[in-house]
Amino acid sequence: MGFLDRFLKTPSWGVHPEDHKRPAADVALRIFPTPERIFMPLNQHVGGMARPIVMVGQKVLKGQLIAEAQGNISAPIHASASGTISAIGEVTAPHPSGLPFKAITIDSDGADRWIDTDPLVDPFSAAPEEITKRTAAAGVVGLGGATFPAAPKFALGKRLKVKTLIVNGGECEPYLSSDDRVMRDFPEMVIDGARLVMHAIGATEALVGIEDNKPEAIAAMRKAAAAFPEVKIRPLPALYPMGSDRQLIKVLTGIEVPSDARAAETGVLVHNVSTCAAVHKAIRLGQPLVERIITINGGAIANPGNLFAPLGTMIGDLFAFVGLKEAPSRLILGGPMMGTPLLHDRIPIVKGASGILAFNAVEAHVPDAGPCIRCGSCTKACPMGLLPLEMAARIKVGDLEGAEAYALQDCISCGCCAYVCPSHIPLVQYFSHAKGELTAAERTKLRTDATKRLAEAKAARIERENREKAEAAARRKAEREAAKAAAATPATTEKQGVSA
Amino acid sequence: MLMSVGSLAAMGLALGSVLGVASRYLAVEENPIEAELQAMLPGSQCGQCGYVGCAQAAAALAKGEAPVTLCPPGGKATAEALAAKLGVKVDLSKVSDSGPQIAEVTEEICIGCCRCMKVCPTDAIIGAAKQIHNVIREACTGCSSCVDVCPTEALGMMPIPVTLQHWTWPKPASAHN
Repeated sequence: MGFLDRFLKTPSWGVHPEDHKRPAADVALRIFPTPERIFMPLNQHVGGMARPIVMVGQKVLKGQLIAEAQGNISAPIHASASGTISAIGEVTAPHPSGLPFKAITIDSDGADRWIDTDPLVDPFSAAPEEITKRTAAAGVVGLGGATFPAAPKFALGKRLKVKTLIVNGGECEPYLSSDDRVMRDFPEMVIDGARLVMHAIGATEALVGIEDNKPEAIAAMRKAAAAFPEVKIRPLPALYPMGSDRQLIKVLTGIEVPSDARAAETGVLVHNVSTCAAVHKAIRLGQPLVERIITINGGAIANPGNLFAPLGTMIGDLFAFVGLKEAPSRLILGGPMMGTPLLHDRIPIVKGASGILAFNAVEAHVPDAGPCIRCGSCTKACPMGLLPLEMAARIKVGDLEGAEAYALQDCISCGCCAYVCPSHIPLVQYFSHAKGELTAAERTKLRTDATKRLAEAKAARIERENREKAEAAARRKAEREAAKAAAATPATTEKQGVSA
Repeated sequence: MLMSVGSLAAMGLALGSVLGVASRYLAVEENPIEAELQAMLPGSQCGQCGYVGCAQAAAALAKGEAPVTLCPPGGKATAEALAAKLGVKVDLSKVSDSGPQIAEVTEEICIGCCRCMKVCPTDAIIGAAKQIHNVIREACTGCSSCVDVCPTEALGMMPIPVTLQHWTWPKPASAHN
C-alpha cells in the first residue's frame, strides 16, 4: 500500500464519515448579540491559568485585559464585552468530568464599547519578535482545538529555523464548518495572518491545505492568495483525520514526523486558518482574541449554522438564539469524532470551541459492543499505523504496560478505529482511559519521589540541628570556663603590675 | 621476651579465628531485595502500615509477611510496583484507592501551636507560632502524623481533590471481557 500511495497520492489510512456539514456550512454567518452576562474562564488554553487583575465591581471595556498570563506557556484573557465585573468564581468547565474551573463574570452594559486599540502600522518592516510579542499579548491560541498558545510556537519555529508554514484548513471533523466559514467570509484576513506568521517565524513559503469538500473556500482563498506567490493553496482529498498535524504534514510535504519529535524539528509548523485570522486581528487591528466563529449543528437544532459570538457566552444562550427542535440527547463541544461530551448547556464557550453539537436521539445512539472478530479494520484505518485491537485487548484486562509496548503513546485519539469497528468496540475510549491511568501513575511516582526527597532532607536537617545545638552548647561551656579563667587571671596580673 | 611474644601471638590467633568463625556463622542475613523494596516505598516513615518505618516494612515484604497493598500513602501505583518486583499477583480492583489522602487544616480552629509542623516528615506544613498553619498539598504524603498531635482537632484527612488536570476517563464498560 505504501508504495502505491506515492503514485495515487491518497493515503491508505483514515475513514470517510458522512460529513453532515451542509446545510449549516452554507447558511450565512450570523452575528450573535452580546448576552447579558459573560463568563470568561481563566484557563482557555494549554498551560498555566491566567491570573485575574480586575476586582469585582470594576468597569471594563471590550478587549480590556482582565487576566494576565502566568508562566512560559500561558495566555492572557481579555473582556469580550463592556460592562461590570460581577464575580470571580467557578463555572462548569467544558470538560467530560463536569468539574468546575475559575471564570470572571462580566455583566454586559449592552454598549459593546471597545478599548482603544494600538494596531501595528507596517508589520512587515517590524522585527519578527514584535509580531510574536503582540500575538502573545492578544491571547491568541491554537483555534483548531488544541489551544496551545501561538506565541511560544512562533518562537520555537524561529529558533528551529522553520522554512515551511502549513496553514490547516482541513476541518475534517464532520458537522463543523467554522474554519470553512472563516475562509469563505474572511479569506484576506487568513492570508494576511498567514503572511504575518511567516514573517514572525522566518518561513519562506506557506502551504494552505483545504479539503476538497469545501470548493467555495478553496475558490475564495485562491482569489485572496493570488497576489502572494509564496502562499500556495493546496486542495486535499476529504479524508478523516486530514486535519491532524502529523497527517497533514505527511500529505503536503511528504515528511513523516518521528514519534518522539515535534513537527517544528522537521522544519514545518502548522497553524489553523482561524488562528491566522486571529493573528491578523491582533496585529493589524490591535484586537485581542475575544470572539470567534462557532458552528452550532446537530439534529436537535432548529436553525443550524455559524455564529460570530463573544467568548464566554453560555452554550444555552447560543441554543436560545438558534432554537432547539427537541431536547438534545447529547451535547458535544467540537466534532463528533474527537469532541468533548458535555453534561449540560450552562457551560461557557472558550477560545478552542470550534463548534457545539446538539444531537437528537437517533444521532446519539450508541450500539452495543460485540466481541472482537480480529478483522483488522481498525489497523487499516489507524492513521498512526498502530494495532488498536491488540492494545484494546490488553487494556481490557488491565495490562497497561502491554498496551504501551504497542506504542499506545503514539495514538492521537482520532477515533478512526472505533468508527470502523464492525463490533462497535469503544476502542478509542479504552485508549483514552489507559493514557489517563498511565499519566496518573507517572504523576504519583513523581510525587512519591519528591516527598521522599523532602523526608530525607528533613531527617538530615534535624540531625544537623541537633549536632549544631550540641556544638553550640559545648562552645558556650568552653567560653564560660575561659571567662572564669580570665576572671581569675587579670587579678593576678594586676597585682603583679602593682607590685612592679 | 620470646615467651610474651609467643603468648600474645597465640592469643591473637585464637581470638581472631573465633571472630572469623563468628562472622561466618552469626552473620545478620540481609536480603538484597529489601533495599530495592525500600526504595519503592515513600520513605516518610509514617508507620501507617503497622511497621516502625519503611525499612522494616520492606523487610516484612521481602519475607512475604506483609501484603503488597500495605502502604496507604503509596496507593495503587506503589502496590503495583511492589507486586511486579516480588512477582506476586494482586487484585488491585479491591484496593479501591480510597484515594491517597492528604491533611487539611480547618483554619477557624487552628491555634498556631506549631506541633504539627514538628512531626511532619516532609515539611509539608507551613506556619509560625500563633499563626494559622497550612498544608502544602503537593508535599503531603497523607501519613496523618499531624492529625494525632493537633490539640484542637483542626487537622483532618481528606481525599486529594479531583481537579481537571487529574481527572481520567473511566474504563469503558464491556459485556465481553
